[in-house]
Formats: sequence, structure tokens, C-alpha cells
Amino acid sequence: MRRIVLWASSTAAALVLLFGYHTSTSGVAAVEQQPIGSSLTTTTVATSSGTGPDTGTSGTSSDSAGSSSTTVTGDVVQTRWGPVQVQVTTSGGKLTAVEVVRYPSGNGQDVEINSRALPILVDETLAAQSADIDMVSGATVTSVGYVDSLQSALDQAGL
Amino acid sequence: MTTAVAVRPRRYVAHVMGMPVSLALRGDHADDAEGRGAWAEAMATLVDVDRVFSTYRADSHVSRLDRGEIDVVDCPPEVAEVLALGERARAESGGAFDVRRPGPDGRRVLDPSGVVKGWAAERAAHPLRLLPGTDFCLSVGGDVVCHTVRDDHPDWRVGIEDPRDPGRVLAVVPVRNGAVATSGATHRGAHVVDARDGTVPRRVASVTVVHSDLTWADIDATAAYALDGTALEWLRTRPGRSGLVVWADRRREVFGARPQDRAGR
Repeated sequence: MRRIVLWASSTAAALVLLFGYHTSTSGVAAVEQQPIGSSLTTTTVATSSGTGPDTGTSGTSSDSAGSSSTTVTGDVVQTRWGPVQVQVTTSGGKLTAVEVVRYPSGNGQDVEINSRALPILVDETLAAQSADIDMVSGATVTSVGYVDSLQSALDQAGL
Repeated sequence: MTTAVAVRPRRYVAHVMGMPVSLALRGDHADDAEGRGAWAEAMATLVDVDRVFSTYRADSHVSRLDRGEIDVVDCPPEVAEVLALGERARAESGGAFDVRRPGPDGRRVLDPSGVVKGWAAERAAHPLRLLPGTDFCLSVGGDVVCHTVRDDHPDWRVGIEDPRDPGRVLAVVPVRNGAVATSGATHRGAHVVDARDGTVPRRVASVTVVHSDLTWADIDATAAYALDGTALEWLRTRPGRSGLVVWADRRREVFGARPQDRAGR
């Protein structure tokens, strides 16, 4: 019982801290952080640095040999803020362009935010490598699983 | 918003907390001593976080706290900060998210990893943000922070993996400045449960949240995943978030963001 009380009081104290934390992260310039383990012993960090020499692996998905491009307009997806529609252009089985043709209506702010932050659904028949991506977001990847992962392929190819 | 221009980023990879960390840098300091220094600093931050918060290390502050050997005040202040974030997430998710999850013997185990990953990645991103004229895209175990200062550079394109087939992407999020976090059971099996009763999500396959801040993108993705059937409903009540819910029956639903109140979170 005593432990519960202690827990509660430390949580209350922590909520005050939290307040400060949020203000400090809202602006990039305002952030002032100490390394978390500054009081602890320093460690050396082994970092392997990225890709080897640039060996001309196939880069971004531009036009592949002599195939015509196809543009498909997806269904309108209803979101809370209004309808969204996406247009995808493929060429030689590779995704070459994705355009959001319809944003939720409203003020310009809506369009600006959504154009930066709405996931664009990709045709399931496309291989991941052709989607022209910089990074992969997925359920927690372990270092063991990384070896065979799409992220690993991206890192190695420098796509 | 067409995909465009090949600006080939410089890439860096390292491992910490049993997770891969990938960095793409482009711009003035992508490949010089300053850029590499910031990357080393980012990694050092994650190593420090691991030492304090790891539930796999018996000697971490969090492990000792869980065993009752020390109190919160004996820990670095970041522990209280993370626990407070967890408490807020618990309240806002109706208890589905909790840093004290039900353990196998019925005892509640302190496991703040649901908060720590995104929060730590935001911290690790800090030295990278200080690089002048340099954009970055940082992934810590699949949670991604993007930062773009160069107007002449394209958006970062973050692929969202297919929970059934991690070799494919289901969607792409173009991000200039912001974060993308995904929660699901793909790589680690059922490690997220509803903290209220310990049930494993069945209806939802993965949840991706896009937000200005990775700490909350990660928390919300985990909380929504734990909420299972009501994930999408709950996410739509969250301000400033957009993203994707993939259901176990393969349905994919996008949810949108509304303009963010600059004064608030």
C-alpha cells in the first residue's frame, strides 16, 4: 500500500516535468537536452557507415525499358475530414508517380497538412522495391530480422 | 505531389537495443565529419536510453524500479518523464495502453517500452536537427522521424510495410517534417496486449500513425493496436494525426489529419 502512494506522488511530480518536456520539443531551436546518461560512464559507439562505393545500383524508379506508362485513379476513400482520392502512374511495373487528386475540402491548411501527411495506398501488385521509398515504417524490427528486411535492402542499395 | 528528383542520400546503419537504426542524410553535412559526428551522438543517446530503460537488462533503472529496489527519485529524471507520458497515454486510451502490463503470473510488470522507443528516437534526432542545411530521415526499429530544411529537396517517402508480407509496402507517406510509427505483431509476435485484460489484438493487423512528433505517433500506434476493434474510432478522436489501419481481413483504412493547433500538441 505504501508503495502505491509513493508511486502516485512521483507520478504527480512527473506530470509537471512532462509539461516542460512538451514545450521544449515543440520548437526545434528551443530543445535543450543533456545526454541521458551524462552521469553514467561513457561508452564508445561502434557505427558502421552506410553503403559502400556507389556502384550504380538501379536508383529511383524512372522509366524502365521501353514500356508504356499506365495511370490508374483509385476509389474515393471517405475520411472523417472528407473524401480523398489517389492517382498512381506505373511504368514497366514500377511506380513512377503518386498524386493525390482529391483532398478533403476545406481551407488551404487542410490541403497543406494532408499533402504532407496522408498515407497513399500503393497498388498491392507492386513490389516494394519499386515504390521509390527512403525508409520503411513497420512493426518493431529486431536486429535479427533486419538482415532479411526491406529496410536492409534499402540501406544496402542506397535507393 | 509527384514523386521526383533523385537526391541520393548518404546512409548509415547501426544496431542498439536489439533493433536496427537507419539514417539517411542529404544536404551540406550528409557525408562529412559534422554529419558523422551527429550520427555518433544520435547512437550514443540510444545506447544511454537502453542502459536506463531496458527491460532485458537486470541492472537497468527500470528493472530495478520494477523489483522495488529503487524508487523513481533514484533514477535519472528521464524515467519520471517517460512514466508521466505513459500515465497520460493510459488515461487517454481508456487503459488499453499502460506501462504496467499484466505479467504471466498476474502481477503487473513495469514495461515502458511502448513509450520509450518513439521518445528515444526523438531524442536521438536532436543532434541531427542541429546540422545546418541538412535533411535527415531516421528510423529506429521501424519508427521514423523526417526533417527537411532544404526547399529544393523532395519529401521523404516513408513506406508502410504490409503486416502479412514485410517485403512489400502497402502505402507511402510523403513527409517533409514529421514522424511515422507503426505497431503490429509482424516481427516480434504478439508483444502488444490490451493492458486492461491482457488480450492479444485479433481484428487489427497493424496501425500506422503520422504525427508531428514521434513520441506520440508511437504511443498512439501502440495504443490503437491494443484497442483492436475500436482502433480506428479512437484514432479519429486524436488531433493532428493521420495514418493507416490494416485489418486482419486485409481491409485498409486511411484516416486524416485536421489542421494542427500550433499552440497545442
